[in-house]
Amino acid sequence: MTRRIAVELNGRLVEADVEPRLLLSDFIRHRAGLHGTHVGCEQGVCGACTVQLEGEPVRSCLLLAVQADGRSLRTVEGLAPAEGLHPLQAAFQERHALQCGFCTPGFLMTAEAFLRDRPDPTEGEIREALAGNLCRCTGYRGIIEAVELAAERLRRP
Amino acid sequence: MKPAAFAYDDPTELGEALALLARDGEDVKVLAGGQSLVPLLNFRLARPDRLVDLNRVEELAYLRRDGDMLRIGALARHADLERSEEVAAGWPLLAQAVRFVGHAPIRSRGTVCGSVAHADPAAELPVALAALGARFHVRSVRGSRTLAADELFLSFLTTALEPDELLVEIEVPPPPAGSWSAFVEHARTHGDFALGGAAAVVGPGEARLALLAAGPAPVRAGEAEALVVAGADAAEAAEAAVAGLELTGPDADWRRALLRELARRALEEAGA
Repeated sequence: MTRRIAVELNGRLVEADVEPRLLLSDFIRHRAGLHGTHVGCEQGVCGACTVQLEGEPVRSCLLLAVQADGRSLRTVEGLAPAEGLHPLQAAFQERHALQCGFCTPGFLMTAEAFLRDRPDPTEGEIREALAGNLCRCTGYRGIIEAVELAAERLRRP
Repeated sequence: MKPAAFAYDDPTELGEALALLARDGEDVKVLAGGQSLVPLLNFRLARPDRLVDLNRVEELAYLRRDGDMLRIGALARHADLERSEEVAAGWPLLAQAVRFVGHAPIRSRGTVCGSVAHADPAAELPVALAALGARFHVRSVRGSRTLAADELFLSFLTTALEPDELLVEIEVPPPPAGSWSAFVEHARTHGDFALGGAAAVVGPGEARLALLAAGPAPVRAGEAEALVVAGADAAEAAEAAVAGLELTGPDADWRRALLRELARRALEEAGA
């Protein structure tokens, strides 16, 4: 039994027939063909698959694709402007906030939503906000610094 | 990884949702925030025949002050509680506790009623709601009933809800006049499942203390509450709060010491 769904994905309408059990993460990767959203644990622990649903950060492995029907979704592909990088992406590059890059899209989508809520966070608040995203390469130091740098630039563009 | 196949309904009205829950001969599960259920589906530890998704039942999506009472509808998210100025002003214990629930992407989706119905004894909000004397409104096609925390929470992941019943609203009375509150917990990383925690409300002639991850359900420490009211200091009351706990396993002593310290801190922060 499938259902027809229509999702606004990074401003583009994507329609598909899906089984109710199809996870949103698999819909994004396998049906919409956007491979920037990475799938790690598939149990809501690692944060790699974090995307934004109606602007709110969510774990796409804990949502069904049918639940996104008629809603707007933003993935890491929707972060950068037409030219160049989003300030968070630029700061991640400058501060060596990634090595293998597997966790990076989840960090970016979590951090982007966080900085909209708290444009001037303390280091402790950044650590708390990113505690649900696991990185096995960097030791987090560079990631914290990158978010601090991006926050500063976003406040004074 | 994908869940086993299930039939899926996303009704737009409460009556429709209740009728679906009452279907005979099917294992039907309610899907709200999905932050506990979907991992179980992904692992196929849960294999329901049918999911009834509440997310389009807009009449359940509310968090509002109604006279003295706070009313939390079945679709109110943790993030709604976290951002509510009315909650911060009138029910500070809930604002203090919700910060510890998972991480922002969990709180933006997870619901307060879902956390209660899931009944994990390490969950924050059931403990805070128990300390505040919340009432739990339950509906089914057979009628409605209202339960107190000690009637609702039976054991690990087990409530008094029947399979056809839905927790539609949590009603939270105001904390005692002039009271202070505190919520503390310990987890290896912020947002992980807590290893222990305590919620305290202390006011003139009144004290409430509830413990998290201290047993199969939220624990109200009645003896400790009476001691605080009688003028005992926080350390003495905390000792009484953990004395009767039935903790088992190789880490029982360590957990008892942790809970004692957390209970003391919560009581002290709340002014005991």
